[in-house]
Amino acid sequence: MTSSNVDFFLLAGAALFCLGFYALAAHAHLLRKILALNVSGSGVFLILIATAHGPEGAAPDPVPHALVLTGIVVAVSATALALVLSGRVHEATGKAELPAGPSDS
Amino acid sequence: MLPLVCALGAFMVPRAGRWLTLVAAAGLSLITWDMARVALSHGAQRYPLAGWGAPLGIELYADGAAVLMLALTVTVMGSVSLYAGEYFSSKHRHQNGSAHEGRAVFFWPLWLFLWCGLNALFLSADIFNLYVTLELVGLAAVTLAALEGGPGALLAATRYLLVSLLASFCFLLGVAVLYAGAATLDIELLRQSMTPGPLAWAGVSFMVTGLLIKTAVFPVHFWLPPAHAQASTPVSAVLSALVVKASFYLLFRLWFDLFSAVAKPPSAEFLASLGAAAVIWGSIQALRQERLKLLVAYSTVAQVGYLLLAIPLVHATNDSSGWAGCFYWALSHGCAKAAMFLAAGNLLWAAGHDRIAELGGAAKQLGLSMFAFLLAAVSLAGLPPSGGFIAKWLLLSASLASGQWEKAVVLVLGGLLTAAYSVRVLRQAFVPATASEQPPRPVPRLLEWIAVSLSLLALLLGFYANPIVRLLQVGAPRAGQAFTGGL
Amino acid sequence: MAWNSAVLLLIILSSFITGLVIFFLPDDRIRLRTTLNLTGATSKLLLIGFIMWGVHQETVFEWRLPLLLGIDFFIHADALSILFGSLSAGLWFLTTVYAVGYLEGSPDRSRFFGFFSVCVSATTGIALAGNLFTFVIFYELLTISTYPLVVHRGTKEALRAGQSYLGYTLGGGAVLLVGVVWLYVLAGRVDFTVAGSLPDLIEKQPASLKIIFVLLIAGLGVKAALVPLHGWLPQAMIAPAPVSALLHAVAVVKAGAFGIVRVVYDVYGVKGLAALGLMNPLAMVASFTIVYGSLCALAQSDLKRRLAFSTVSQVSYIVLGTATFGPVATVGGLVHLIHQGLMKITLFFCAGNYAETLGIHKINELAGVGRRMPWSTAAFTISALGMIGVPPTAGFVSKWFLGTGAVDAGQYWVLGVLLLSSLLNAMYFLPIVFIAWFREPAGPWPEDRKFGRWETHWMLLAPPLTTAALVLAAGLFANSPFSPLQWVRLIAFREYGL
Repeated sequence: MTSSNVDFFLLAGAALFCLGFYALAAHAHLLRKILALNVSGSGVFLILIATAHGPEGAAPDPVPHALVLTGIVVAVSATALALVLSGRVHEATGKAELPAGPSDS
Repeated sequence: MLPLVCALGAFMVPRAGRWLTLVAAAGLSLITWDMARVALSHGAQRYPLAGWGAPLGIELYADGAAVLMLALTVTVMGSVSLYAGEYFSSKHRHQNGSAHEGRAVFFWPLWLFLWCGLNALFLSADIFNLYVTLELVGLAAVTLAALEGGPGALLAATRYLLVSLLASFCFLLGVAVLYAGAATLDIELLRQSMTPGPLAWAGVSFMVTGLLIKTAVFPVHFWLPPAHAQASTPVSAVLSALVVKASFYLLFRLWFDLFSAVAKPPSAEFLASLGAAAVIWGSIQALRQERLKLLVAYSTVAQVGYLLLAIPLVHATNDSSGWAGCFYWALSHGCAKAAMFLAAGNLLWAAGHDRIAELGGAAKQLGLSMFAFLLAAVSLAGLPPSGGFIAKWLLLSASLASGQWEKAVVLVLGGLLTAAYSVRVLRQAFVPATASEQPPRPVPRLLEWIAVSLSLLALLLGFYANPIVRLLQVGAPRAGQAFTGGL
Repeated sequence: MAWNSAVLLLIILSSFITGLVIFFLPDDRIRLRTTLNLTGATSKLLLIGFIMWGVHQETVFEWRLPLLLGIDFFIHADALSILFGSLSAGLWFLTTVYAVGYLEGSPDRSRFFGFFSVCVSATTGIALAGNLFTFVIFYELLTISTYPLVVHRGTKEALRAGQSYLGYTLGGGAVLLVGVVWLYVLAGRVDFTVAGSLPDLIEKQPASLKIIFVLLIAGLGVKAALVPLHGWLPQAMIAPAPVSALLHAVAVVKAGAFGIVRVVYDVYGVKGLAALGLMNPLAMVASFTIVYGSLCALAQSDLKRRLAFSTVSQVSYIVLGTATFGPVATVGGLVHLIHQGLMKITLFFCAGNYAETLGIHKINELAGVGRRMPWSTAAFTISALGMIGVPPTAGFVSKWFLGTGAVDAGQYWVLGVLLLSSLLNAMYFLPIVFIAWFREPAGPWPEDRKFGRWETHWMLLAPPLTTAALVLAAGLFANSPFSPLQWVRLIAFREYGL
């Protein structure tokens, strides 16, 4: 990778993060929210990997890779949990949406 | 490690869950007591895991504040575990328990995972470890919140999860940015190499934002009231008392330790103004609530604000009264809020509902629980003699000594508002039962006594200030100086 | 722990522990509860007597517990403590007897007496507090323990009154706390020492200390019912008569006044306060309260409310005494603390008797009651005359000293205020006395003579008669070595270094 490529990946990661954030807020359906979160997460991982870039020709720094792997594990388990919860919500309420404001029910 | 082992055990042998937890509680109490002793005599301790020191290995760090948070965790988790054991088995007896049976299997292991995560969090010394423990705590908390099973709880837990995950990604992003600048994850080394600049600012902002979201600071507090209110009683108690504190603890420590190069009084003022807004808004919302558990949950939103107010106070004072005041508040709030939720849960059990206006009969019956609620309210409002009073005194003297009047005003106003919304509940004990109410169901005595003991503890904290403050001074930052950390 | 220190703790605990035990008793364990109550009250009286004797011999009674960063929880017994402490102990005993009789058969008695006892512990703690920090602790404890007493009946009005009560008192407490913390920040420690502990600070930071004084007085003034912070008092009349008696003669109102006395004499010192130029403003606020309270009392047709406004007015005599420079005025103000307590509690006991036995709440309903309940009315008359300041009652003694002290200090306008208020007192008390003795009753009295020869339950009768007798005795025997006056002279003597 050259450094301009690194910059590209950094920007792409940032863009994904923002995109996901927007989508999280804008959509009401739970599945979409979960997907949006995953997109954000991928953005962060992309940024992390970009920082792993070492000097030209040297091996990349392994620490960010460890971070990303852990992050992926966390994201996967959280997503799994979120999916199960969404399923339960759907069973219980018939819809897979979060109500707009803070609910009191 | 202890809770982790017990968690696995509980998972495999469901019936033993309750007892394994109590074993863990006993063991952890002994260990924590010892750690306190060591901290007082030898200062803060560092411990490299598996012998691998920083920057590559993971170290654990225990100073006064960390040990105190561990102590708080042990106390609250221990007491609430006792409560939960009795609570679930009594519910079992009273109701057709098949669904509950299924859930109870998962309760204890999750509970112990949460405990393990909390302990690890308070002891962590590098930011990645912090991230991992934060996630563990968050996921366990969300699942526990959802275990209650009703649609309200599920919705609230889902919202909690999504918000929490977003916050975690923010935090991770911050970590990434900081790592890009410094090539190390250890807090000590990061601090030494951090220089103010756009990179550091960006990293810090992301991490702070993530932590603020997790601590439910105004204006991103909206997920907390439904999640804490809908969860079952022991879970609510622990969520408000401990989980919220965990992310705040990180914020507070990192602010003075890691971010000290970048975190200057103006940004501290910004955080404090968020805190002030939280206090006012949370208290007003609590005043408006019709339902008991929501009232208590909004009270948590408000009380968290006090903790943020303390940040600029620590910057400005020479003695450690700001630092001590903040942690003392966290300690008292932990005990008092847990007690309050337990008492509220008792009322809910007895009356079958938690509409405040109709709790007259149950309130009269449950004198002990009302007493617990009273003592908890006394501590939360900062009235003497209680831990809350000591904390308030410390924060007030810090703010008056450093000329930050606005903080004093907010502190005092917040206390009055707290009293106001607590009285809404307390006065129900004097109101005769309305005709439409059903006679209250009896609540097992043990549940009431546990609530009372926790609230008594909040009260007693008012009398043991000196040793605790001394412990807190182990490792506390002095104004203008980043703390040295470690031996 | 030395015996002297233990005694102090014991005296506070004597009611606290009995209170806690009483909470757990079911309502119908009357004998046990009454025994506990009276045991606590008697032991408290005995202990106070012991301490009083010791203080007279200049023995030191104190106990410290380091609580926070150099600030101690500190209780001690000096002459002022004994003044207030003996008033509370003695009147608590009598009010307990009265309350047992009054609440016979009412619901939730255990809860009532539990909080009642805790309330008295808090009052004793206030009396014994040795520094502002400890004072604040017990002061707020008093607020917390009196709220349940005010809302005891559970009616809507009671709850509303309780809410206003809490609003005022907690607000006042908060203001007080800010003042106290600030003072501690500036001064390091604020122990109560005779003639004040802040002389050099006054020189260095007069502006801050002035503001702190205002904060302290405002915070204390809520409980002491200084106008315009007195709004809670008439509303709190909704509470049962023993509560009104206790709150208005002993606990809450006197605690506020006592606090002001402590701040003036033992924190700032009269000389320091005069140097800051704050004596006159305080005297003016007190005078305004005296006149305003009396005027409002004139307008009331409900007996207890008239008495409430009378309290607003009368307690400020104490503040006026402290705000007027000079030992004589000091004596007047402090001795009024005792005398007003005795007189006012008698009035409230009698008002409670009228309400409980005959259902009378309004003044015009009192016509001819002197014939039906002569003993209560006699007690009422003696105390009313005392309030007006007629010799040889105790009230005359206090007003005499206040007036003389005002002349000594060259503040003739204070004398004017005293005369005006005595006139107003006469205007609102004499009609009651007249109506009670000399008017014909509107209709026949309810004929239930269930108390036999006595006009009402003996427990409702004995306390007011006792206190009325004390009112007379304190006036007649004012110069004897055991009178409150002599004790107060001792205090003034020590304060002014004469």
